[in-house]
Amino acid sequence: MTSKTAKARSGRSSSSGVADRGAWFLVLPALIPILILSVGPLLYGTALAFTDAQSGRTTPTQWIGLLNFQDLLHDTLFWDSFRIGLLWAVGVSVPQFLLALGLALLLNQNLRFRWLARALAIIPWAMPEVVVGIMWRLVYHPDAGILNETVRDLGLGDGRDWLTGLATALPAVILVGIWAGMPQTTVALLAGLQNTPHELHEAAALDGAGAWRRFRTVTWPAIKPVALAITALNFIWNFNSFALVYVLTSGGPGGRTRLPMLFAYEQAFRYGQFGYAAAMGCVMVAVISVMLAFYLVGRLKGAEDQ
Amino acid sequence: MTIRTSRPARAGQYLALLCYLVFLAFPFLWLVSTAFKPPRELGSLHPTWIPQNPTLDNFRQASDEQPLLEAALNSLLAALSAALIAVVIATPMAYVMARHRNKLSAAATGWVVISQAFPFVLVIIPLFLILKNFHLINSLVGLIMVYVVWSLPFALWMLVGYVRAVPPELEEAAAVDGASRLRTLVSVTAPLLAPGIVATALFAFITAWNEFFFALVLLKTPSLQTLPVVLTHFLGAEGVADLGPLAAAAFLATLPSLVVFAVIQKRITGGMMAGAVKA
Repeated sequence: MTSKTAKARSGRSSSSGVADRGAWFLVLPALIPILILSVGPLLYGTALAFTDAQSGRTTPTQWIGLLNFQDLLHDTLFWDSFRIGLLWAVGVSVPQFLLALGLALLLNQNLRFRWLARALAIIPWAMPEVVVGIMWRLVYHPDAGILNETVRDLGLGDGRDWLTGLATALPAVILVGIWAGMPQTTVALLAGLQNTPHELHEAAALDGAGAWRRFRTVTWPAIKPVALAITALNFIWNFNSFALVYVLTSGGPGGRTRLPMLFAYEQAFRYGQFGYAAAMGCVMVAVISVMLAFYLVGRLKGAEDQ
Repeated sequence: MTIRTSRPARAGQYLALLCYLVFLAFPFLWLVSTAFKPPRELGSLHPTWIPQNPTLDNFRQASDEQPLLEAALNSLLAALSAALIAVVIATPMAYVMARHRNKLSAAATGWVVISQAFPFVLVIIPLFLILKNFHLINSLVGLIMVYVVWSLPFALWMLVGYVRAVPPELEEAAAVDGASRLRTLVSVTAPLLAPGIVATALFAFITAWNEFFFALVLLKTPSLQTLPVVLTHFLGAEGVADLGPLAAAAFLATLPSLVVFAVIQKRITGGMMAGAVKA
């Protein structure tokens, strides 16, 4: 889609043809892989959703129209998994934002040991997701885990098997999700805070505004764009997340933590239902886009009204 | 800070900071502690924070049980190649995106943003089929190609920010002095961009080193698998994981990322924001 529009534009642009050809030469090495391995697969994947493609089948793949989507509509397992995915994405993104905001506000203060917090915040960010999952399995381990040991020390009972309990599995993995994504959110919010005009803070303080009022009237408006963007991104990333939960519970117990990505992965690569799994992907994109559009439009309107 | 904070408020702030420090640090400390514990302590019902009889046996046992070294070499090869190729092809494109405001740049920026929202399911099946056609399934070359494209959005994002930070006037001055376009890019722009390019490459390296999903789907032969995939083999059937070697291997797999990240942290956070503010 880009080549035609860019050429049409170059005809009108003031830059000379030579410079423009130079620009193409610079862009092509990245553009070709992007088209073949990113844009192409996305379109191809969308098309697959309307076929009966299966892995390892000898008969040719056929167009089946909306049949996959009709099947999906009645697939209660998929909708269960979708509901869990939403619970997980909201359950991770919201506390993550609040905790990260708190930490960013602290790091923006002139406190000692700030460097230590910054250094420690690297750990969740740099770690492979698989290792994060393994690490928390050690924390949650029913016998050798530190969590149960602490519970026993505090005299709160014998502890439990957090990751295999029907009631505790989802909250337990959500906590891991919050931990793993906190650094990025904190760093983004901290950068927003450091762009807040300091004079406004002082003026508000002189006028006798308390800490909460200063936050509401000075800090929040300044960091709101960053906050909106990072929450929206977190929500998408979390909804599409895979490795953490794959390692922690593989979707168990009884599908209580089976995120949509895990479900689609099983359909595609365990049962070979490529077309059906692609249809799931399409539904995920569609629902998430609509939700995000509502969220962003609602927030932007709210900003205008104020 | 001219706004005075009262003493109780300060104390509250330190208490809150302490809670954050504990929350951020304790799982990792527990991982390290578990990695150095002998089996007897791991089986104990009252595990301790500090191993009573620290041992290196877990590390030895881990590399006996799984081909860790081989996996680490696969990871290293994939991550290094992906990072190098990514910056080599992304830097010229980022330059065009930063300096020329045309529809191509706009489309590329749009792709960078949209690609963040790609659900991998929608991409992985077609990628699997495409790579299969080229006989690149179960091959590190195929995986590297995927990693390159997959790290491009972030690399472009960062690099565009770094290019914008180089004043165009410098390039114009060089042009006035009679330097050719290529000469200007090589001897004026490139040196100024170098630190940013290195940081971007290192970040791409970490991303590929840590990646799991594509490696899980695309590599089936055990001798080709990367470190994160091999680590999951330790988990085995539900709940019977051998904790000591598992922790030891996980700890080893994390070290390279932690070290590299510590080196580039400042640049990454700075670059991310530079790209964000000016995009």
